[in-house]
Amino acid sequence: MKKLNKLMALAVAAASAISLASCGSSNAENGSDSSTVTVGLLHSMTGSMAISEQAVLDAEKLAIDEINAAGGVNGKTIEYIEEDGASEPSTFATKAEKLINQDKVATVFGCWTSASRKAVKSIFEDYGSLLWYPVQYEGMEQSPNIVYTGAAPNQQIVPAVEYLIDQGYKKFFLMGSDYVFPRTANMIIKAQVEATGLEVVGEEYAAMDQTDFASIISKIEASGCDVILNTLNGTGNVSFFKQMAEKNYTSEDYMTMSFSIAEEEVKTIGADILKGHMVSWNYYQTTDTPENEAFVAAYKAAYGEDRVTSDPAEAAYDAVYLWKAAVEKAGSFETEDVLAAIKEGDVSFTAPEGTVTIDGENQHLVKPVRIGVIGEDGLITAVVETDPVEPDPYLTTYDWAVAANIQPLE
Amino acid sequence: MTLVNTLFNGLSLSSIILLTSLGLAITFGLMRVINMAHGEFLMIGAYMTYVVQELFSKFFPEQIQSAYYFAAIIVSFAVTFALGCIMEKFIVSRLYGREIDSLLATWGISLILQQAARSIFGTQGVNVNAPSFLQGGLNIGSCTFSYNRMFIIGITIFCMLIIWAVMYKMNFGRQMRAVMQNRPMAQCMGINSKKVDMITFALGSGLAGIAGCSVALLGSIDSTVGQSYIVNSFIAVVLGGVGSLTGTVLGSGIIGFASIIFEKYTSSSIAKAVVLLIIIVVLQFRPNGLFTIRSRSLDE
Repeated sequence: MKKLNKLMALAVAAASAISLASCGSSNAENGSDSSTVTVGLLHSMTGSMAISEQAVLDAEKLAIDEINAAGGVNGKTIEYIEEDGASEPSTFATKAEKLINQDKVATVFGCWTSASRKAVKSIFEDYGSLLWYPVQYEGMEQSPNIVYTGAAPNQQIVPAVEYLIDQGYKKFFLMGSDYVFPRTANMIIKAQVEATGLEVVGEEYAAMDQTDFASIISKIEASGCDVILNTLNGTGNVSFFKQMAEKNYTSEDYMTMSFSIAEEEVKTIGADILKGHMVSWNYYQTTDTPENEAFVAAYKAAYGEDRVTSDPAEAAYDAVYLWKAAVEKAGSFETEDVLAAIKEGDVSFTAPEGTVTIDGENQHLVKPVRIGVIGEDGLITAVVETDPVEPDPYLTTYDWAVAANIQPLE
Repeated sequence: MTLVNTLFNGLSLSSIILLTSLGLAITFGLMRVINMAHGEFLMIGAYMTYVVQELFSKFFPEQIQSAYYFAAIIVSFAVTFALGCIMEKFIVSRLYGREIDSLLATWGISLILQQAARSIFGTQGVNVNAPSFLQGGLNIGSCTFSYNRMFIIGITIFCMLIIWAVMYKMNFGRQMRAVMQNRPMAQCMGINSKKVDMITFALGSGLAGIAGCSVALLGSIDSTVGQSYIVNSFIAVVLGGVGSLTGTVLGSGIIGFASIIFEKYTSSSIAKAVVLLIIIVVLQFRPNGLFTIRSRSLDE
């Protein structure tokens, strides 16, 4: 027993020594000089998600450099600290805490997967700090400490399904990766399709690292569907489309509408396989605005002529500028003041996709929707372009969604 | 017709698993080295295919573009064979008999190789275009047999024949089996066991390179591509019985066909669970796998 006590005492001493040490370092870090403001960039630079998050990170750095070149925010130059979430939600949580608690950053731009966002959500809420999340997602969430600059489901998925119904498609096959975004998205699509009296003829999920799609393809053949709604993420898309091509299928045999394929992915999968297929986003590299021309030129100049811009990268770029607008409106870097400025509902930015405004209520963006078709050159051109759509993360303004009582999956 | 389709899909998946397991059957099965970097050799093979494709499109005329793939198979094998030699000589050979240490060391190498791939080729996946004679598929009735998959089945059979010939028909194979079965005795007979170890390990690594070259046809290539195949390969080798090539063939077949058949009636996640359940049951009754090598040594 005595031995145990001794051990306990030792452990307590060690723990307090460590916590003292960390206090010391955070005090030292705190003294940032008054001409700069520090923000955190939290993305996966390693692991399976690094493929996608690199482009988003690059866009954020581009926006920061541009703002600094134009004189900074409230007279202060922006500095950033990069942290690697390593595609692991738990790492995201640790790094978020480090950025807020130790580095005392003014705000954080970060995350891609819903899993990583959910992992850091409570940390931002507990510390009263602010996260800017740049990717379209499944909705059903509204944290006072997160601003969502990507599309809510009613700004991407719902209009895409409406378009398909208008075009006369009748039998829908739902296919996605097996995690929260595709499952929630498909729940929404199912409710919407069935409310119009049409039919969902199949619903399949593939593991994130699945490489063989032969079974799913034979189920698609057996279902007699006329359009596939694709929420696969990451490398699954490449395998799926390659294996469709090796069975001689083109967009004329099976049309697909994809929600996670942007310009970057088209480049990897190959335009010859994807030509004619449809996607739904808010922004394409081809979007015809003067702001976009400047954005594409700056992005290519900074990262290379062969790089392409995409919706998530553009949303991340907007996030930095929107933060700047909110801070300038608030006249302060404090989270409460920035949130109060956002709450007034008129923080906006003339973005490459058109003017975007932060909705004061739910902190999502009012943004236009664009349904696009992939061309032979790998670029996507919009066939439908709407006026800015109000965000509705819980789909409360849609009768069919209310009737189906769609609940968030946790 | 759906039956034909299912059988073809099963055969195709089995051949892919078998091709990725063949190298492992040698390094893990025969040599008992748990090489965590085996998947990364597969990745290197896949990236080599991409490199050869790019070089061909730069330096060679249009007409012989399709031939790049044959060059890629040879280059993939050569590069991974050489890397296998280096790795055996400097790392693995120092850790024989220390399984845990070699597991950690090779895992470290696997991380280094993955990061190296990201640094060289970027985080975005790259794409290999199937040579023109492998694009599309052959329509017979309502079934489509993809040329890719038939080609992979062909490569798998070819590799198996080569291994069989090397192991059972060539002098080197005899030395190899002798060293693996009874090292001190083989050394007494004048066999250079160090050289045999190195070439055996390199051969296993080279086969991973060829497998990488084949799977490049089916999906994208990025730094994690090896990881998605390696687990199934280890399972196939363990299920079949460590040390038995026939076992690996049977193990791959069971996993491949069971996955396809269960996925037909359920979903892919349930199919995965069912396949693992089958493997657990089999290993309950045959803890050493389906085929066990009978041996007189005491430590087995």
